[in-house]
Amino acid sequence: MKPEELRYAETHEWVHVSEEEGNQIATIGITAFAVEQLTDLVYLELTDVGTSVSPGDEFGEVESVKAVSSLYSPVAGEIVEVNTGLADQLEILNDAPYEGGWMIKVKINGDQPLDGLMDHETYLKQCSGEH
Amino acid sequence: MPYIINTAKDQQIMLESIGLESIEQLFQSIPSEFRLQQALDLPAALSEMELEQHLGQLAASNHDVTRKTCFLGGGSYDHFVPAIVDAIASRSEFYTSYTPYQPEVSQGNLQAMFEYQSLICQLTGMDVSNASLYEGGTATLEAVLMAMSVTRREGKILVPESLHPEYRQILQTYLGETTTNLRTLKTPTGALTLETLEAELDDQTACVVIQHPNFFGSLEDVSSIAELAHQHGALVIHVFDPISLGILKRPSELGVDIAIAEGQSLGTPLLYGGPYLGIMACREQFLRRLPGRIAGQTVDQQGKRCWVLTLQTREQHIRRHKATSNICTNQGLLALRSAIYLATMGPQGMEEVADLCLQKARYARDRLLAENRFEAAFEVPAFKEFVIRDRENQVADLLQNADQDGILAGIPMGTWYPDLSDCFLVTVTEKRTKAEIDALVQSLAGESSPISTIHA
Repeated sequence: MKPEELRYAETHEWVHVSEEEGNQIATIGITAFAVEQLTDLVYLELTDVGTSVSPGDEFGEVESVKAVSSLYSPVAGEIVEVNTGLADQLEILNDAPYEGGWMIKVKINGDQPLDGLMDHETYLKQCSGEH
Repeated sequence: MPYIINTAKDQQIMLESIGLESIEQLFQSIPSEFRLQQALDLPAALSEMELEQHLGQLAASNHDVTRKTCFLGGGSYDHFVPAIVDAIASRSEFYTSYTPYQPEVSQGNLQAMFEYQSLICQLTGMDVSNASLYEGGTATLEAVLMAMSVTRREGKILVPESLHPEYRQILQTYLGETTTNLRTLKTPTGALTLETLEAELDDQTACVVIQHPNFFGSLEDVSSIAELAHQHGALVIHVFDPISLGILKRPSELGVDIAIAEGQSLGTPLLYGGPYLGIMACREQFLRRLPGRIAGQTVDQQGKRCWVLTLQTREQHIRRHKATSNICTNQGLLALRSAIYLATMGPQGMEEVADLCLQKARYARDRLLAENRFEAAFEVPAFKEFVIRDRENQVADLLQNADQDGILAGIPMGTWYPDLSDCFLVTVTEKRTKAEIDALVQSLAGESSPISTIHA
């Protein structure tokens, strides 16, 4: 997935929405900037399939040598798939945060799921302010 | 009495070294309206000799287990403390040390913590131990909070009445104002039955807390309880007696998830309720939910073995309100004492102590039950404690009379269990002699037994 085509949350999660069997499915991960800021990753824990989330709800946590950070869902819906293999191959988050580094897929509730999320350009501005 | 140097000259030297002229200057930053403008209302100072005599008189009015024969238990125990424990633990490097945040100057303490953790893992069979918590009661609470975090269930916590009543009070204090339902299960037979448990387990139950041996001294069927709880997705927290593990199965063999204990038994004398030692160990899969501090072993730049605090990103000073716990310290000195105790005793010593407790408690129980006045409150197997019913329902008088004979005979159960107001809890450790146990029976059975015969 191209970063330019994704939407972003202030808390550094990215979202890609696709249509699957009439449902809107959001694929969610964390950005290359977030991975870089966290430094060496040591641990990842993701919530189970079937959990309902609202925007801002935690869906897991990622731990680096520096900090433990919660992961927040940018959209509302039900978690339908979890990238369970990722926890054992955290280097994927460095190499391909927008491809193999995806974390969860959420079946979206509601019509305007991406309201309030940033486009790529706006997100990059936020990041340059955080450096 | 420790000798502390504090002459006017010493004060002057200390002030000079920090660039001040008077002690008054130290307090300048406190606004004058908040400061006491007069001397404290205290009696005149005593000389060293007068002070020692005065404190000696005050101390002499205490009733303690060096002057009375102690059959009290219920969470705090009069076990023997070998002299080596004080000899090592009182070294100033350990005794006055502070939090080892700076590993390069704290290797001794960090190594001691690591060895404590290793010994606790050996003792319990669990995979990981933290560097200890405050004491058994709050450690139990921490385990419950951990179970809620692991299972992501906050609906229900199940605790039998056979869990220490003060531990249950601590749980109530923390959980009483939350939406979590703290359910107390009846234990009329002296132990939790599987039927009682099964009726309460559901898919919102985060954990079952089971004390074994329990507050009544009875053994619980922990394996079956764990199996049943796991079928419902709940975790099992086992509150154990560290001494009992000399002869009872280890928590790991019973299939529990988190093992908790009050560690006072391991090398620390009775201390009016504290400071005590909270032991906590768990399965490796819950490592990142384990609260408190953990020492880890690693190598330094030159490849030499060394120790550091690890997984600190989950502690409060880094993770704030999302930390695994708001406790981010440990009970360093008492953990050290227990490590010295365990290392001194070894598996064989632990087995001997536990076996002595069992045999002596059995002897005391049989002797008491041979008296018409007494009967067993419960018929389940016990370890070093048991509940005795006084058919004449005169528990307070009984215990008071025994006290006058120099015997602390037991704990009245009515304090926590109205149904057991005619009962008391008797504890027998390895320290009690046959003569002391015989004197206990004599005293409780109504025949006077002067102190001199106790120590005969």
